[in-house]
Amino acid sequence: MSGFGWAFARDLTLALRHPGGTMLTLAFFVLVASLFPLGVGADPQLLARIGPGVIWVCALLAAFLSLGSLFADDFADGTLEQMMLSPDPVFAWVSGKIAAHWMVSGLPLTLLSPLLGLQYGLSSEALGALAAALLLGTPVLSLLGSACAALSLGARGGGTLLALLALPLFVPVLIFGAGAADAAANGLGAGPHLSLLGAMLLAAAVAVPFAGAAAIRIALD
Amino acid sequence: MNAARLEVRSLAASRGPVTLFRDVSFALVPGEVAAVRGPNGSGKTTLLRCAAGLTRPDAGEVAREGDVLFAGHLPGIKDDLTALENLAFALRMRGLVPGEAGILSALERAGLAARRHVPARRLSAGQRRRIGLARLALDPAALWILDEPLAALDADGEAMLGALLESHAGRGGIALVATHHPLPVARVAVRDIALRP
Repeated sequence: MSGFGWAFARDLTLALRHPGGTMLTLAFFVLVASLFPLGVGADPQLLARIGPGVIWVCALLAAFLSLGSLFADDFADGTLEQMMLSPDPVFAWVSGKIAAHWMVSGLPLTLLSPLLGLQYGLSSEALGALAAALLLGTPVLSLLGSACAALSLGARGGGTLLALLALPLFVPVLIFGAGAADAAANGLGAGPHLSLLGAMLLAAAVAVPFAGAAAIRIALD
Repeated sequence: MNAARLEVRSLAASRGPVTLFRDVSFALVPGEVAAVRGPNGSGKTTLLRCAAGLTRPDAGEVAREGDVLFAGHLPGIKDDLTALENLAFALRMRGLVPGEAGILSALERAGLAARRHVPARRLSAGQRRRIGLARLALDPAALWILDEPLAALDADGEAMLGALLESHAGRGGIALVATHHPLPVARVAVRDIALRP
């Protein structure tokens, strides 16, 4: 799997060289999640009820922010065609790029989420379920989003198209992700939701890199 | 180097409704340098992309033997990485193990040794082209497919490209080059492949 290795190392190097992109994602997440209590009022019961859903929507939109440049930058400067000519299989380096995207978007969002959960007065069970659901769910967002990013390559108004393609696909992840924390808060246990998220992750991890590879091949043709 | 071969049989390609070329055939044997010539818009880039396997032709087939090194008119260089890092990742992409000493000597040859730690965005167009020259010197691929490699190069850079092409052909490699200018090679005969609109 050397293709995974170089793609992962390269994208991580690029992201660390300019941490602004990651910072923007995190700042967006924290800011929007902090605006909601100001808008809906400081009723602790209401906040604890809407908390998981709001934090999930914010994390989903924050992860979506950086998807546009996942393949488009490499497409514009010609590195994508160089990768395509690599003897390594396309799905391997596509997976590497997706993993690197998650490392600089989904993972930091997951690590920050308990802090934001505290703002909403979530119980410790709900906080744990929220973080676990994000840990399983954000890689699915990176995976599904990457296939859409590959499909929108080279299209005019690619950003809008990407939103139209990706956001509907994120719906099941959002439902089960926010549901996990809700269930934990109501004492029902988050197990089933987390299992479903895990199943989505496995299915997406296997299928999406191949779909992304096919889409990139079409874009370069 | 394994025996290289590049054979194109009755290739046809179009862009949208416009047919670029039809019935293009040629076969290149080890040690051969071919220049693809034709006016702007005659399909030189498309022919090269078909030969590299990036674009699917409308008809005809391409038979390749040997590794391909493709340098398109997009540089394939990351602005945020240094010349050294760009080369190291380019070699890893090709499945090669980059040795720092080898990369440094190639950069030296390309006249970039002093600028090796500068991000590529702060290099001039010609210097970025020279990163591509250093890549040609480092990569043992048998098939070189180069799109306008002379653009933005100074006389010194042209001479270096010529020397690289000559030693590549001397090792039994094949080069397919799209260009509007005479290729700066003296010791190798250049075969012309003309495209007509």
